[in-house]
Amino acid sequence: MKFTWFHLMPWPHMPDDFRQKHRSVWVDLPSSMYEPELGHIAYHQYLDQLEYAEKVGFDGIGVNEHHANAYGLMPSPNIMAATLTRRTSKAALVVLGNSIALYNPPLRVAEEFAMLDVLSGGRLIAGFPVGTSMDTNYAYGTIPALTREKYAEAHDLIRKAWAADQPFAFNGRYTKLRYVNCWPKPVQRPAPPIFIPGGGSVETYDFCLDNTYSYSYLSYSGYLRAKLLMEGYWKRVAERKVDESPYRAGFAQVICVADSDAEAERLYWPHVNYFYNRCLHVYPGFADAPGYRTIKTIQTGALSQFAPGSGRDYPSMTWKDLTEGRYIVAGSPETVRQQMEELIKTLRVGNVFCLLHMGNMPDDKVRHSTKLFAEKVIPHLRNLWPDWNNHDDRFWCHPMHEPVPLRVAAE
Amino acid sequence: MKSRFLKLKSGARIQVIEAGKGKDLLFLHSAGGHLPNDPLIAALATRYRVLAPLLPGYGESSGEDELRDMLDVTLHTLDVLEALKLKKPIVVGHSMGGMIAAEMAAIAHTEIEKLCLLAPAGLWLDEQPIVDIFTKLPYELPALLFHDAELGRRLMTAGGGDMGDPEFLKQFLVMNARRLGMAGKLLFPIPDRGLSQRLRRITARTLIVWGREDALIPPAYGEAFKKAISKARLVRVAKAGHAVGQEKPEAVLKALQDFF
Repeated sequence: MKFTWFHLMPWPHMPDDFRQKHRSVWVDLPSSMYEPELGHIAYHQYLDQLEYAEKVGFDGIGVNEHHANAYGLMPSPNIMAATLTRRTSKAALVVLGNSIALYNPPLRVAEEFAMLDVLSGGRLIAGFPVGTSMDTNYAYGTIPALTREKYAEAHDLIRKAWAADQPFAFNGRYTKLRYVNCWPKPVQRPAPPIFIPGGGSVETYDFCLDNTYSYSYLSYSGYLRAKLLMEGYWKRVAERKVDESPYRAGFAQVICVADSDAEAERLYWPHVNYFYNRCLHVYPGFADAPGYRTIKTIQTGALSQFAPGSGRDYPSMTWKDLTEGRYIVAGSPETVRQQMEELIKTLRVGNVFCLLHMGNMPDDKVRHSTKLFAEKVIPHLRNLWPDWNNHDDRFWCHPMHEPVPLRVAAE
Repeated sequence: MKSRFLKLKSGARIQVIEAGKGKDLLFLHSAGGHLPNDPLIAALATRYRVLAPLLPGYGESSGEDELRDMLDVTLHTLDVLEALKLKKPIVVGHSMGGMIAAEMAAIAHTEIEKLCLLAPAGLWLDEQPIVDIFTKLPYELPALLFHDAELGRRLMTAGGGDMGDPEFLKQFLVMNARRLGMAGKLLFPIPDRGLSQRLRRITARTLIVWGREDALIPPAYGEAFKKAISKARLVRVAKAGHAVGQEKPEAVLKALQDFF
């Protein structure tokens, strides 16, 4: 098993009446709510937490890209990953990812990911999301019905740019470059391992299988509701007659660990509540621009977690509802271990993206939960895929054997 | 009203609604498509032979994957006009359809001599921003498109159906995604594809009609279109919203007859 400690980096200072005063945490909430001096503190605390996660033994540390929102404050995850290359040395840097359809030209992603891979000595895991509709369409103006075609072309360009040893011309519909010449190149050849965040688009299953990418389902509704979607993926894997390595798939899970189940509720409920009721408070009109999802996907009935009709009533949900419904995995180390084992086995995933910071959780609680998970839960889950030697080289990074030692400036 | 199909050289299969007798009139619908028993088409059909093709993505018309931008759609619609073998019809377009009609008249100005734009899209005035229709929820649309929201609600839901029924909801979502997905190629995120620099090429006699209570594209846009098109007249319709033709079909019919 591979465990990645994933940070969303939310804005932790949304007021108690946020839901009443604002229709959405994304796209049109006023940026007057953002205070740069508090943002300075939050960023550094968040980066410290990611570094701490490496220290206590997580395999990877993760960041991602979002725009015009208080849910996740990383318009550029690459800047965050760059700072992490200097103060970490072992963990995979999971950038999940860059919304490749949004870069002009998308070659920028090939360049920046190559920079990160070189800086980190081959520790990059690259994510290529389409991006949420809020980010891609509403905040960044991409035409919904053309988003996927643009994405596919960007992907083609990036892979060719990494693979080529000589400059070449790229005549795409959306990007035309007479001289594609990617300097630098990634350490990992021909490319870093690639993870694709998916939300139930059937086309994405085949895209992952065609390219040997890991399918990563990022959901906040827990593993019980994810079962149907992941079964669809594994059914497709079987139909395509490729191997069933569990590392072909990953799942994001909100996790809270304390000394007892009751203590978990006492410590974490306010922050879990903040997350579900402020960070996920998305106006339905921003959730799913018409044309963003393919007709085939709508016909299969797999609705985005943000989409109207997804039928979740977070404001009325209690700690009991969220834990018993397994939206979150929370409790004593033994409770969490049992549920995580069930998650890993029922979804058949080799990667877990652990969400241990929630909403406005203070640093000491984040570290407490993280440490308990690393010390008392992970060791019992390591060996769940013995047939695969608990590792699949195709879906994890390949660090350089002898990265250069870092020196401090004032020696 | 009857429905027939055209097969274009591009491969697109186009559904055309046809009704009435008289001079030929080509009607290009808005981003919402036709209403069930569309009151405007019905009114126009009392005096004209109305041909109302559905853009790919709408109704049973297909071929939307090959239409990506304004030029694609403009040339496609000129192909439809040619395939229908119409002789100098009055070209009427509503909202997005008005934007397409204006582009056609700008590009093929020797072919289009009579033009009617009903609250057309295609321009952008910073001081009068157009509402972002793509973020609107279905229940908000009647009040946005009609001055009389209750009338709008009745007209828009005349086809029937229950949003509580999962199968109907799925069909609705598919239809909505096809239609507005296509419309987004012309209108998202800002409904301006450079028409302002081409309007001067229009030589057709042009009737512009605007609902005085248009809450989607403010009536100030009517003035902007009138200013930019050389032979244009602007008619304002009282107690009408953006769906001016569906809300006041008789007034629009009268304006057309008076002008042409």
